[in-house]
Amino acid sequence: MSSGILAPEEMNQTNAGETAPGVAGSFDANENQSFPEWFRALQQEAWENFQSLPMPKRTDETWRFATIKSLDISSYAKPQPVCDADQAALIARSVGLKETAGRMIFANDQLLQREVLSGDLKRQGVIWEPIEKAVVEHEEIFRKHFMTQEVTLGSKKFAALHKALVKSGTFLYVPRNVEIDLPIEIFHWLHGSGGSTFPHTLLVAGENSKVTLVDYFESSDLDAPGLAIGVNDLFLEPGAKLTYICAQNWSDKTLAFQVNSTHVGRDASATSMNLNLGAGYARTESVSRLAGQGGRSDMLAVSVASGAQEFDQRTLQDHQEPNTASDLLYKNSLSDQSRTIFAGLIVVEPGAHKTDAYQKVRNLLLSDEAEANSAPGLEIEADDVRCTHGATSGQIDEEELFYMLSRGLKEVTAKQLIVSGFLNEVVGRLGNKPVAEKLAALIQSKFDRMKK
Amino acid sequence: METDTTQLNIDRSIGDFSYPESHQFDAGVGLTHKTIDYITDVKGEADWVREFRHKALDVFNSKPMPTHWASHDLDAIVFDNIRYYLSNGQKATRSWDDVPDDMKKTFERLGIPEQERRFLAGVEAQFDSEAVYSNIKKAVGDQGVIFVGPTEGLRDHPEIFKKWFGKVIPTGDNKFSALNSAVFSGGSFIYVPPGVKVKHPLQAYFRINAENFGQFERTLIIADEGSEVMYMEGCTAPKFETATLHSAVVELVAMKGAKIQYITVQNWSSNVFNLVTKRAVAHEEAEVKWIDCNIGSRLTMKYPGVVLKGRKARGEVISIALAGDGQHQDTGAKMVHAADETTSNIISKSISLGKGRATYRGLVHVPKHLKGCKNNTECDALLINSTSRTDTYPAITVRGTGNAVQHEASVSQISAEQIFYMQQRGLTEGQAMSLSVNGFVNDLVRQFPMEYSVELKRLIDLEMEGSVG
Repeated sequence: MSSGILAPEEMNQTNAGETAPGVAGSFDANENQSFPEWFRALQQEAWENFQSLPMPKRTDETWRFATIKSLDISSYAKPQPVCDADQAALIARSVGLKETAGRMIFANDQLLQREVLSGDLKRQGVIWEPIEKAVVEHEEIFRKHFMTQEVTLGSKKFAALHKALVKSGTFLYVPRNVEIDLPIEIFHWLHGSGGSTFPHTLLVAGENSKVTLVDYFESSDLDAPGLAIGVNDLFLEPGAKLTYICAQNWSDKTLAFQVNSTHVGRDASATSMNLNLGAGYARTESVSRLAGQGGRSDMLAVSVASGAQEFDQRTLQDHQEPNTASDLLYKNSLSDQSRTIFAGLIVVEPGAHKTDAYQKVRNLLLSDEAEANSAPGLEIEADDVRCTHGATSGQIDEEELFYMLSRGLKEVTAKQLIVSGFLNEVVGRLGNKPVAEKLAALIQSKFDRMKK
Repeated sequence: METDTTQLNIDRSIGDFSYPESHQFDAGVGLTHKTIDYITDVKGEADWVREFRHKALDVFNSKPMPTHWASHDLDAIVFDNIRYYLSNGQKATRSWDDVPDDMKKTFERLGIPEQERRFLAGVEAQFDSEAVYSNIKKAVGDQGVIFVGPTEGLRDHPEIFKKWFGKVIPTGDNKFSALNSAVFSGGSFIYVPPGVKVKHPLQAYFRINAENFGQFERTLIIADEGSEVMYMEGCTAPKFETATLHSAVVELVAMKGAKIQYITVQNWSSNVFNLVTKRAVAHEEAEVKWIDCNIGSRLTMKYPGVVLKGRKARGEVISIALAGDGQHQDTGAKMVHAADETTSNIISKSISLGKGRATYRGLVHVPKHLKGCKNNTECDALLINSTSRTDTYPAITVRGTGNAVQHEASVSQISAEQIFYMQQRGLTEGQAMSLSVNGFVNDLVRQFPMEYSVELKRLIDLEMEGSVG
């Protein structure tokens, strides 16, 4: 970071929770006149859905193990505007990869900066717009894909609120045969105290296209409470290749929900990864629908839980067509009184023969107060398949630690090295060095924070 | 592999016969507090038992069906159409000669008296609601082993059984444990004194003869310090048009250093809802092993559990399930670690054929501040036909460092190459399939007592015979 940037404590803090209207309080679809009528009608309908859907209950299977009482969203305010000085500071703090093909920075769902794509990509027909523009200028393709995937893993109500209140976010369309070599980055900042944000990413990767997309979620003040409800929908047309990363580093007082769906077409290949570092309670629901023969989905996650954090991860590998493959690897390291939940399901639908599905969750418990819950599930309705899953919970191997200590390393350093090694196996699977290095640095910054 | 699996009832023939009913005591159809009073009056039970039953009925009525996670097939049970108590006022006799003819013939056809002579230490045979025969070999009885039904157990030995009755599985544990607590009748109450090692297995045989009937046996086995006992149960019913309900509660208590092995070969006919709660408490250095084999029934829901309460206690569940057409075997295991250095092992193998569905549901719980706990879970599922289904739903909670828990599951089908190879050697496809399936479960079947493993192998052969066209 260059000098002259405002530290979080120097920024103008708006305490949104006390003055602004709450997210669940009132709603006016016509508030946002720049949206076309069809979109406003969609939002109105979503608001009604949100109101009529029940809150999760302790007895809901999709919320098993979760601390239901932490899900109260009523006290958070709607996204608030960010003043110019703070905008500049947040842009300066948005440090991602050295080289990118494009970048957008949002704070409280307001677009702060957009680094446009090269003229070359534009000429090839790549669309890279904030949602408020895409909804008008690319109505047909946007409308065809916008929140069309059913939310099946529990967060229907929260996804409905997202749909009702979403104001901005990113729409990326990569046309047929276009390959974007450098990653595209999106920053979403949650700014102020007691506010909210509804990050949205919609990506359509055309036939045989190739793209890498990174979402960063950050809070400007790591002590400020907030609410984040994000949705990202990824569509891969036949033969498309996608790498998607969602690096979540909200403040430890944030209540966060993230609903992901990845639709994998014939011979397409998706690699997606969730990095969980921040938030008090963070729920991620990730669905991969293997909807075309030869499709493949790699689902990865790394979670570093500390303090009283609870990471609640739900996944579905839905094999709808024959000859599809999926491979899931989730790793959690747990310190202090933190909790993690992994509930995953592999579904092989009738007729989806030659499915090759794998699912593995590994928990590394670093404290006597930490708790890891695992529920890896299988539902198989075809016989010619190869499906395995596994879950392990353990701790640092004493011998491994002893070896490092006898080489003169301090215990805290040795432990950290072991945990890094454990987690970086997942990061390495991305097969993208600059991205892997960036994620490793984010993980390291969380370790540094934990030491304090 | 597309195969015709509609003709799949060969193995049922062994139990598919019934004798005309002539019940002296019949609680009628439906379940109310009057039914409870009727059962208690017939049995001449103590007031506390009557009260226990009435309370349980209220709990049963207040609990919803667990269909938010379980199969909606449960909704097919019409509790108002079931008969909850049927008996001839028979007292369990110690001699087959005194057993009424029809009932004696039933058990003779099932081979029970012969097995008793050959290798059992004691036998109880239950016909609908009550036992008709209960005998324990003299040598075993002389060691102080008690082997009776719940009515006798609670009446004659309250100092032993009352303390644990309904404690391992409380009435409110689930809807069906509440139902059993309200209307239980029959089952085995066993006490093995300290240090006594019962050499031969004790066996209970459960038989449903009447249509629209619910069997609710209740079993409580207490193995006192350092003792050892093996218990086996078998079950059959004729195939009626209407659904029959079997809902048992089985509680095991293994005191310090005791060993209990509990073996079930469930072969109910395919109209039976088999909804059973089974749980054990294992004290310090005790060992409890459930061997649970489910071949029959329409829907079985059964997850034998062990609460590992004392240091170094050990729990094990070996589960084999075979789900044929129209069957759903929803089985699994629960391991609750509640003391340091406790270990548990779950091995489940299931085979789904035709339109059958086999489900593994498991729970492993290691709460905080425990050290040196270990769990190992392995689930393997074999799918025979393209219409077969299998599910795996484990739930694992681990707190703190110093414990190791691992779960693995795999799903596969019979290797076509293997079948081809065997066919080259002159086996028919059916024989090859049978051999392959037997090979899949062989390492588990070997843990059964000899007589049971032979029986099981034969049942699998029979089931498989119809599955290849």
